Amino acid sequence: MNVDLADIVFFIVAALTVGCALYAASAPNIVRAVFSLLGTFFGVAGLYAMLAADFLAVIQVMVYVGGILVLMLFAVMLTSQIEAAGESAKSGSSTSVGVAAAVAAGVLAFFGTLAVHAPWHEAEPGAFEPITGSVGEALLGPALLPFEALSVVLLGVVIGAIVVARRRGPRSEVSLRASEPSGDDDREVS
Amino acid sequence: MDSLVRILDVGLPHYLVVAATLFALGLFCALSRRNAVAIMIGIELVLNAAGLNFVAFSRYGGGHDGQLFTVFIIVLAAAEAVVGLALVLAIHRRLRTIDVDRVNELKG
Repeated sequence: MNVDLADIVFFIVAALTVGCALYAASAPNIVRAVFSLLGTFFGVAGLYAMLAADFLAVIQVMVYVGGILVLMLFAVMLTSQIEAAGESAKSGSSTSVGVAAAVAAGVLAFFGTLAVHAPWHEAEPGAFEPITGSVGEALLGPALLPFEALSVVLLGVVIGAIVVARRRGPRSEVSLRASEPSGDDDREVS
Repeated sequence: MDSLVRILDVGLPHYLVVAATLFALGLFCALSRRNAVAIMIGIELVLNAAGLNFVAFSRYGGGHDGQLFTVFIIVLAAAEAVVGLALVLAIHRRLRTIDVDRVNELKG
């Protein structure tokens, strides 16, 4: 029986990933759930690294940990009252939680069985080598069209997010202030 | 003993099982929570699981196309998070809540 170091590292990282995801999916406190996502994202980055996807591991840390996580923290801080944070991510009724758990368990059982028992065509993995060059050449070669389309998507996302999230014009803001003089508790948004 | 060796010998199924677990947890999170941000946490978990699957198949199937797909998945996940959180902020500004059970009227 030959268990090498990489296998042990895999089980540690997988436990970190799944454990943090479990906490993020079930914690009653939304702030703790978001911070728990940190472990999941780092764990997935580690799994990418072990799958010889070094470029993706770095991208995962940069985009998810540096971008999406911070964005979610902003959203949490801007939308939930501090005194209600303890139960800010309370689940729905016990019926809906039960149904959700049943659906998730069914999906997990199905895909888990499939993953373990299906006759995957499993080639011998190649050596660990830097992947960034070939990814870059693919992005500027065969995958150029989706790559360019992605830049248009990102432009649309930037404009759309600004349009959706910005305050209304100055006139309606004045009328809003006039109509609810004491309810001005999103001052910090601007 | 034989099955233990099979479990400890990390291969493609191990990564698939981890990804399936992430997917199921994300599904559970998205279905059971009422907080809109928590629902987005679930969606991020699901997208991570998909990316992990692509990279695992790319590693054990030869070629780098799976990694290319994962690049696109990560970018689109970021785009989805940006637009979704902007919507959450807009809903909160208008309705003073992000409880999706109470955000139930159109043209509010």
